[in-house]
Amino acid sequence: MGRKLLLEHDNKPGIQGLEGYRANGGYRSVEKALKLMSPDAVLEEVKKSGLRGRGGAGFPTGLKWSFMAKPPGVPRYLVVNADESEPGTFKDRYLMERIPHILIEGMITSSFALGANTSYIYIRGEYFYIYRILERAIEEARAAGWLGKNILGSGFDHDIHVQVGAGAYICGEETALLESLEGKRGNPRIKPPFPAVKGLYDCPTVVNNVETIAAVVPIINDGGDEYAKIGVGRSTGTKLISAGGNIRKPGVYEIELGITCEEFLNSDKWCGGVEGRALKAVVPGGSSVPIIPAELYFKTAKFEPRLMTYESLSDGGFATGSMLGSGGFYAYNDAQCIVRSTWNHARFYAHESCGQCSPCREGTGWMEKILYRLEHGQGRTDDIDLLWDIQRKIEGNTICPLGDAAAWPVASAIRHFRDEFEYHATHPTKVKDPKHFEKEPFKRIPKFASA
Amino acid sequence: MATLKAVTTTEGTPPFSFSAEALAECKRLIARYPDSKSKSALLPILHLAQSENEGWLSVNAMDAVAQVLGIQHIEVYEVASFYSMYNLRPVGRHHLEVCRTTPCMVRGSDDIIAYLEKKLNIHVGETTKDGMFTLKGVECLGSCGTAPMLQCGAKYHENLTPEKVDALIDQLRNEPRTNYTDL
Ligand SMILES: Cc1cc2nc3c(=O)[nH]c(=O)nc-3n(C[C@H](O)[C@H](O)[C@H](O)COP(=O)(O)O)c2cc1C
Ligand code: SF4
Ligand code: FES
Repeated sequence: MGRKLLLEHDNKPGIQGLEGYRANGGYRSVEKALKLMSPDAVLEEVKKSGLRGRGGAGFPTGLKWSFMAKPPGVPRYLVVNADESEPGTFKDRYLMERIPHILIEGMITSSFALGANTSYIYIRGEYFYIYRILERAIEEARAAGWLGKNILGSGFDHDIHVQVGAGAYICGEETALLESLEGKRGNPRIKPPFPAVKGLYDCPTVVNNVETIAAVVPIINDGGDEYAKIGVGRSTGTKLISAGGNIRKPGVYEIELGITCEEFLNSDKWCGGVEGRALKAVVPGGSSVPIIPAELYFKTAKFEPRLMTYESLSDGGFATGSMLGSGGFYAYNDAQCIVRSTWNHARFYAHESCGQCSPCREGTGWMEKILYRLEHGQGRTDDIDLLWDIQRKIEGNTICPLGDAAAWPVASAIRHFRDEFEYHATHPTKVKDPKHFEKEPFKRIPKFASA
Repeated sequence: MATLKAVTTTEGTPPFSFSAEALAECKRLIARYPDSKSKSALLPILHLAQSENEGWLSVNAMDAVAQVLGIQHIEVYEVASFYSMYNLRPVGRHHLEVCRTTPCMVRGSDDIIAYLEKKLNIHVGETTKDGMFTLKGVECLGSCGTAPMLQCGAKYHENLTPEKVDALIDQLRNEPRTNYTDL
């Protein structure tokens, strides 16, 4: 246990530059793919690996690639999603900052499989300094002949460009990202058509997360079967988890999928346990996934140990489970207030809604207002049912999944922590102090509630 | 939070033209996209314009961007008003953007914001009288493991404490304007 595929050489001197990266085996996957393999053979390895999209949805990467339309004479694009704006997620930043060449290597190998001669990295504007790091790395790769015309004499041409965004969470949604890359507002497109058929400039396009594309490197180096040996069931390989909140050792960790949640949170190898106080709740995969109480993080409703896998974290559905999502993990100790946290989440989604669909635009605003008043001692008990009603009316009724992502944190908070919401409505003076649970934690009775 | 009004007129704002250096950079950016798709360079070029216009996008600056790209003014305005990193009104010399999203809140961002408000004697969204600092609350900056944190120009300032904030403010007072495009 404990194999690292992406961060193996994380601490090697000079790993940020081409020379240091090469010295640690870098660009072998490009040599292997371009010299010894056909594009379809590369695709086959990715399929065998069982790799699933690391951006949040967990869609099988090989399958996604196989949807790429191939009309003759039309360019195809690979676009890397480096927008990383899901609260709690900071793994792509870590990877790009420390080992930029692994992304570039993965892009060349992947583009070869997809038949894309140009690829773009769309990086959030706030990561301007990483944009510079990537530009330098691309320059180095170009100068060394890893990019350009007829790479390694294979006849394959490829070039990579980086584009900065300018602050908009919605541009992480793949079609909004493509709009933004075309120099427009980040309004998600109606699907179908999917990007694999009509993407960037109406050409066939694959959009993948940074970590997904980086994982193609070890998959091609060692073979898809080798990759698939790591993990449990349909959760194969390793995953970067960015861990934050009230834990002793926040940071980015590469785990083998399948370790227990207990080990991840409590072992000194990873999070090092909860800081100071008792664990109250966990958001295991970024702000969009359901929040779950401590006991449901460690064990499923059937009292089986919960594992860090796509399947195990969602075991029990939304009634008692959550999701692995983007791997943006954060923990709450018992000084934290779930109503305050839910209000904060709601404010985030209200701020980030692109405004195209009424349920999302209006609903997120209303949820924020109602949660604000509950948290500030101006709420009513009916507010809880009202919130429940609003979130249900958003879910499933919008153009893009941001609507669902805004609804789920509210729904899960009410589902598991309803008594805390009621307490807010009935104890207005107590909750006026913003640190109301710091001295006296809320006494919750652990239960497996259902909706 | 109250939305702050954009300046939507050219009246009373200085004229704008790109430096020769920035124009060369625009050309380099445009060359990254297929021939008929130069509009793709709009976002990065708006960043350049903002850096050359004291940290904000006046109508004059946006019109110059439209000209460089050969697109309609409205195509620039609608984009500039969509993205949170573009400032549509003047800002202080240093724009302090404190992350206030949940994972940062859990690690004490509320306290850092309160500390900054008190220290600078302004509320979130305001600029100090001397035009030195603008304080802004922003959403997750991908730095949750080193929270609380703030961004100023291209730099992230992480694991903030009141002492670190004091030192940063003192240091910034003596520095030229910070921009996202700083190297
Ligand atoms: C509102 C919203 C925000 C998203 N943000 C990101 C993001 O920041 N990074 C990312 O890789 N995927 C993000 N996604 C998922 C993308 O739409 C897309 O599924 C992903 O980039 C596909 O790559 P993958 O298959 O490699 O995961 C977001 C989705 C939604 C609905
Ligand atoms: S769900 Fe929200 S963010 Fe997505 S398209 Fe509709 S309004 Fe925009
Ligand atoms: S929540 Fe502040 S950086 Fe992520």
